[in-house]
Amino acid sequence: MNYRSSFFILTCIGMGFAFLYIPILSMAVFSFNASKLVTVWDGAHSPTLKWYYSLLNNEEILDAAWISLKVALINASGSVILGTLAGFGLARFRQFRGRFTLNAMTTAPLVMPEVITGLSLLLLFVALEQLIGWPAGRGITTMTIAHMTFSMAYVTVIVNSRLASFDTALEEAAMDLGARPVKVFFVITLPIIFPAILSGWLLAFTLSWDDLVISSFTSGPGSSTLPMVVFSKVRLGVSPEINVLATLTLGVVGAVIVGVSLWMARRAKLDAV
Amino acid sequence: MTSSAGGVVKPQPWSDPSARPYVEVERISKSFGDFKAVNDVSLKVYQGEIFCLLGASGCGKTTLLRMLGGFETPTSGRILIDGEDMTGVPPYERPVNMMFQSYALFPHMTVAQNVAFGLKQDRLRKPEIQERVATMLDLVKMSDFAKRKPHQLSGGQRQRVALARSLVKRPKLLLLDEPLGALDRKLREHTQFELIGLQHKLGVTFIVVTHDQEEAMTLASRIGVMNHGEIAQAGTPSEIYEFPSSKFVADFVGSVNMFEGKLIEDEPDYVRIGSPELGATIYVSHGISAPPEAIVWVAVRPEKIFMSTAVPPEGTDNVVRGTVQDIAYLGDLSIYLVKLPTGKVVRVTQPNTSRHAEAIGWDQQVYLSWDATSPVVVTR
Amino acid sequence: MQRLRVAGISGRGLVVALPYLWLLLFFVVPFVIVLKISFSDVDLAIPPYKPLLEWVGKNSVAIKVNFNNYAFLFTDSLYLHAFANSLKVAFLSTLMCLFIGYPMAYGIARARPALRNVLLLLVILPFWTSLLLRVYAWIGLLKANGVINNVLMSLGIIHEPLTMLYTPFAMYVGIVYSYLPFLILPLYANLEKMDWQLLEAAEDLGCRPWQAFYKITLPLSRNGILAGSMLVFIPAVGEFVIPALLGGPNSLMIGRVLWDEFFSNRAWPVASAVAILLLILLVPFMMWYQSVQARETAGSR
Repeated sequence: MNYRSSFFILTCIGMGFAFLYIPILSMAVFSFNASKLVTVWDGAHSPTLKWYYSLLNNEEILDAAWISLKVALINASGSVILGTLAGFGLARFRQFRGRFTLNAMTTAPLVMPEVITGLSLLLLFVALEQLIGWPAGRGITTMTIAHMTFSMAYVTVIVNSRLASFDTALEEAAMDLGARPVKVFFVITLPIIFPAILSGWLLAFTLSWDDLVISSFTSGPGSSTLPMVVFSKVRLGVSPEINVLATLTLGVVGAVIVGVSLWMARRAKLDAV
Repeated sequence: MTSSAGGVVKPQPWSDPSARPYVEVERISKSFGDFKAVNDVSLKVYQGEIFCLLGASGCGKTTLLRMLGGFETPTSGRILIDGEDMTGVPPYERPVNMMFQSYALFPHMTVAQNVAFGLKQDRLRKPEIQERVATMLDLVKMSDFAKRKPHQLSGGQRQRVALARSLVKRPKLLLLDEPLGALDRKLREHTQFELIGLQHKLGVTFIVVTHDQEEAMTLASRIGVMNHGEIAQAGTPSEIYEFPSSKFVADFVGSVNMFEGKLIEDEPDYVRIGSPELGATIYVSHGISAPPEAIVWVAVRPEKIFMSTAVPPEGTDNVVRGTVQDIAYLGDLSIYLVKLPTGKVVRVTQPNTSRHAEAIGWDQQVYLSWDATSPVVVTR
Repeated sequence: MQRLRVAGISGRGLVVALPYLWLLLFFVVPFVIVLKISFSDVDLAIPPYKPLLEWVGKNSVAIKVNFNNYAFLFTDSLYLHAFANSLKVAFLSTLMCLFIGYPMAYGIARARPALRNVLLLLVILPFWTSLLLRVYAWIGLLKANGVINNVLMSLGIIHEPLTMLYTPFAMYVGIVYSYLPFLILPLYANLEKMDWQLLEAAEDLGCRPWQAFYKITLPLSRNGILAGSMLVFIPAVGEFVIPALLGGPNSLMIGRVLWDEFFSNRAWPVASAVAILLLILLVPFMMWYQSVQARETAGSR
């Protein structure tokens, strides 16, 4: 195949990536700016790490980050279980009652505007509380349930598509050799599709960590997540600590993604089935 | 007693009415919605046989195999293995193992772990598992590769591991789905004979699915030719080749010249058939069973036709004249396409017995003839 | 695959039951509740709406279905305007994403495999960082003493800062910026499966490159275009964060309206009605997306 791309395409790619990255990089650069105005470079005192120290000592932000972390971890793990079950069912079972509904329910959250999902979940929790007394008020529990509901849809799509390109002969061979279906799943299928499940976990974690709208609807007093705190700060304008947060986030995300990609590339031979 | 290429030196159990079949397929049908993949098939396979299901893609042979393995449930009919009804039994409970077309080796396990997998499911003790795995790997000559992973092996090596894995449990029946399809020609030939040797040594009954006639003819003690979900004919390779029961079978296995004609004379020990296609009468020295005036087809194999530039002696049956239209030189033999005055093209093969033979060339006038015992008359 | 029966209950049923029930309870039922509340009255209570069912006497129940909320939405031009504006903004943003994203997806799909992975990684990376933070980045770029104005002024191109923040312009930039990866990825997935030899065959038969693109690549990538567009359009209609941070008073989006009704006005029934109307508006597009996806997977099998 001819890999040469026209000059036009190359320019588009270049400009496209510039468009994607200039804002992020500018945020990173200005995180080292001493001026409180953020975007007005204070040459005399910059670059500096003072905002980094400030952020890492900011109680409000640290507490929110901790809550976000808890919710994201539980969400990721729970969504992976639910999503893998749903993805496996949709990929392997040709016909079952409710298949159409399950399929619809796992693809709708992908495109549904978050305000709708958030509002509807909050109203559910309120109604449940009135009816049976649980959940008592909104907080981490309700937020986690809400996050799991939309995260599992993403995991389902990932697992489903991975299983679709998976050679069913492997599962049949295992059964032929005497393994029952449940054992086949854990000993054969799961280890082979593990990278997909890992991506699902990371995706669910990230979606939960970054979520603002649904969290705002379903959280309660004292359970503000990091995005909620950032949002309230950012509504008032720029803040150097937010630049620091952005830079740190970018660094961590970048490192994790590159690391996972390298690991997956090495495993790629197994992914060929 | 027969010693056929099937490798099993045994009397032919299929011709013994009192012999008990090892695998019995009783009127099996399988439909997918409106599509009937397998239509009322009945078969008897005897212990120690290599039985080949031969057919083009879509004929239902793989579906039948999968039903034997337990991966599809028949829509109707029964499957008996060693006298037991196994029709609804899932694959992990059958004494049957399968070798998959894609080999289906577990990519995240080593060769040894792959082979040991089935034994682990049976909860055998570790030392016994190790011993049996080692013996089996030795048998397929893969002992040096025990610690490698499938992606580090070549196609032929993977095939051996797949074979080892499916035989290590000493199944009563081994099903093989296009076992040699992925191998190149030389390797295929070599492996064919190895497979037969292995089967003979272990005494396992094989049922092989293939679309390759040569493979079926080499491996099988008996072949079942399938078409549109039905068994067109089941028999030994020579029976299938020399005594096809229908146009389809005659045409499917090997090449054949088919002449359509009508019965002129019908006697118990000979028939004469008039064939406008051929432009002559055909004399066949055995009787056939057909209504008078029936349309029949006479099948003559290319290697059974004599071709010469000299006029055959007066009174020879089955002689026609034609012109050589095309020649394909294959080294060991040559294929000639001879055009008859009626327009029909006849395929003739001749071995190149001499290195300096007077070759018959293009556009040469030749005489074709064949022995009265050579044709097979089919009525459908 | 065989059916597994454990104590008479099909094993298959167990596998799908858990996610099915979860989604039924936490995804579907809430919509029913939203529907119900959209028909009720505001109440100065906690929760701030009157219950739908009321006991009248000992043995009868009255259901009050109040259409006021919907009537209110239809008569007050603010809401109609917000719906219309949301559709317009989402549509234009989708087009802009296509113009920028298609060449990028195309270029990545045609790149050498090693380079391709790196480029994909670079596209995915922003997607994994918080939307909130990326939108925040634009605040810093677009405001009066922000980076863009500073650079332009120092270069002498302008003498007064441009008003970019809190305008529709800023909102478009924000939406296109945030949703671009959502368009590139499914489009890339579709283009990657294309048989490039088709283009070579076309050129061999006398087609110029641009014609080949128009006649072959574009139609074949139709499913990818539709999938990517839906992934941008549908959520963009109900987008809240970007209008809230970058948009101004004259770029009203329905997501923001819903938020304000709910949090600022505590008018839960009205917010619910807005949500229902928005849902009705988007369901046809969601179904279209589903059918495009089904066609895509069927085509690749």
